[in-house]
Amino acid sequence: MHFIVCIKQVPNTTNVQIDSSTGTLKREGVESIINPFDEYAIEEAVRLKERTGGKATVITMGPPQAETALREAIARGIDNAILVTDRAFAGADTWATSYTLANAIKAIGSYDLILCGKQATDGDTAQVGPGIAEMLDIPHVAYVKKIEDINDKNARVERMMEDGYDLIEMPLPGLMTVVKEINTPRLPSLRGMMASKKAQIPHWTAQTVNAEKNNIGLTGSPTQVMKIFSPPPRPGGQTLAGSQEEMAETLVEKLRQAQII
Amino acid sequence: MSNQINVLSEKCIGCALCVKQCPFGAITLAERPDHPKKLKLAVIDLHKCTFCGACVEACSKFGAISMVKEEPIKLDIDPSHYRGLWVYAEQRHGEISPVVYELLNEGRRLADKLQTPLCAVLIGSQIESKAHDLIQRGADKVYVYDDPVFVEFQDDSYSDILSHLIEKEKPEIILMGATNIGRSFASRVAAKIRTGLTADCTALEVDLSNRNLMQTRPAFGGNIMATILTPRHRPQMATVRHKVFKQAKRDPNRKGEIIKKTADVSKIINRTKFLEFVKDTSAKVNLSDADIICSGGRGLGKPEGFKLIEELAECMGGAVGSSRAAVDAGWIAYSHQVGQTGRTVAPRVYFACGISGQIQHMVGMGSSEIIVAINKDPNAPMMKAATFALEGDVYEIIPWIIRKVKKSRGLE
Repeated sequence: MHFIVCIKQVPNTTNVQIDSSTGTLKREGVESIINPFDEYAIEEAVRLKERTGGKATVITMGPPQAETALREAIARGIDNAILVTDRAFAGADTWATSYTLANAIKAIGSYDLILCGKQATDGDTAQVGPGIAEMLDIPHVAYVKKIEDINDKNARVERMMEDGYDLIEMPLPGLMTVVKEINTPRLPSLRGMMASKKAQIPHWTAQTVNAEKNNIGLTGSPTQVMKIFSPPPRPGGQTLAGSQEEMAETLVEKLRQAQII
Repeated sequence: MSNQINVLSEKCIGCALCVKQCPFGAITLAERPDHPKKLKLAVIDLHKCTFCGACVEACSKFGAISMVKEEPIKLDIDPSHYRGLWVYAEQRHGEISPVVYELLNEGRRLADKLQTPLCAVLIGSQIESKAHDLIQRGADKVYVYDDPVFVEFQDDSYSDILSHLIEKEKPEIILMGATNIGRSFASRVAAKIRTGLTADCTALEVDLSNRNLMQTRPAFGGNIMATILTPRHRPQMATVRHKVFKQAKRDPNRKGEIIKKTADVSKIINRTKFLEFVKDTSAKVNLSDADIICSGGRGLGKPEGFKLIEELAECMGGAVGSSRAAVDAGWIAYSHQVGQTGRTVAPRVYFACGISGQIQHMVGMGSSEIIVAINKDPNAPMMKAATFALEGDVYEIIPWIIRKVKKSRGLE
């Protein structure tokens, strides 16, 4: 079976600092990482490949630097990688990104399952995965927390919902977006790291993936950013004083005033 | 012509204001050894730039960044043919999701401003009786698809039927809850009908001059806010977070129109098969819908700590949440995790018990109305962010809170 994983390179927000004068993220020196949710998608593809045989391909749309993320995916067990990169893609919203990645997947050819992380930690939209599925005219299941069974015709998966989970059967080819619960990603292996160093990663442009100019980048994006601003700071809080009993008493009184109790 | 953005090297003094403001990390400073004062120069990475204009604003003092945006492609649709504000009336197991009532409230306000009808779309099986409820909550019209094929939510069948209805009725705005269903379903519909979709909005407004919906949402884990438009496409679609709007009140005398639609079941695309629903019995209260959430973290020190958290949640009538550390330690199931890789919540009160407040946790609960932090370490970031900070041992303070709450309710 052929598994395709779509990933995104995002700024690492783990140790990010906030500039207290502007209230914005300090971006200088912030390293780029694989979107944390995509690590689960990569791991799941590698596990599926081990389970059913076949190969796994990783793909990303991004600047030339995003090649680092692809190499890391190879180090984690993915077989090959494609970087979809073109200045004409800059400013793409989720629609244009879905279109571009769907076109790239069409250019790859045949596949059985596409895996994506539930969402990226920079944009937090969760829209690109389902968007790709629609543009490829294949079914999708979002928020997959477990693949119970898979063969080359069907997959039976658990879809995480707010109140439990739904068990869904999806014919293949199809697309899944996965949540953290699905697995624990392994660390890159020595063999993987060797492969990652040696890997030839093709750069595909708008022309390679046969993308129409009016559907890509900022031009092809139905949504446009009107403005960006810092959120208003949270009003300052208070440290409650007194003994533990007094603190509890004060808190309950405050919550009562706020009509919560 | 394409979009252009340039740094005017004679005006740039290398102050880095733009570097700080750029939400996409697209600007860096380069050395200029040949400059008489050795000033640095801002360099914009066009692969990363989205032409949002934040840097142009940041540089208003020096005017060193010039940006020319491409003329938008002409609308291939006539926006005046699109009228009506729709709310997708999400239901789960026959019950309308609470976020729908919130959307009807905000939707009513926006529809009145636009002087356009507010419509709800209800899809399900044996669901028709709920249509009256939606009218009483503010809808002028309710489109109902009531068919056994829609008994459980599936992306294929639901997006197929909604897309058809949109193409026929041409609404100008569609709002959905940013639930697991809404976020998956809306994405598919927007891709199908080729329109813009803005995820997870926390504020909405309309521009009456062009009937554009101004959709404000947090990005980068809530560190910045962005206002997004869908200027050239209709309908304009948005998913909206829980709890940012109040629920519409029920008016039993309100009248409206119920439009029963029938689906040609043989033509509906429906590739996936729903097998069964398995309820999460560990959660007495649904985390996303909860007004009060009591969360525990690493500071609990042991899995038994969640017994105490559960007790607090039960006495407050709230749900149990947790930090990533507690989930990773195996003390509680992932479905309870709040934060970047868990759920985003915005209850009225969030109790953070023994949670230090890493940024990934903060982004998942930072917009809670009241934050109560209980921690031994007064310098923990959560204690600084809290509305009310209580310094001390969670095992000693929480029992006191439970006692005082019960007392205030006259239970003790």
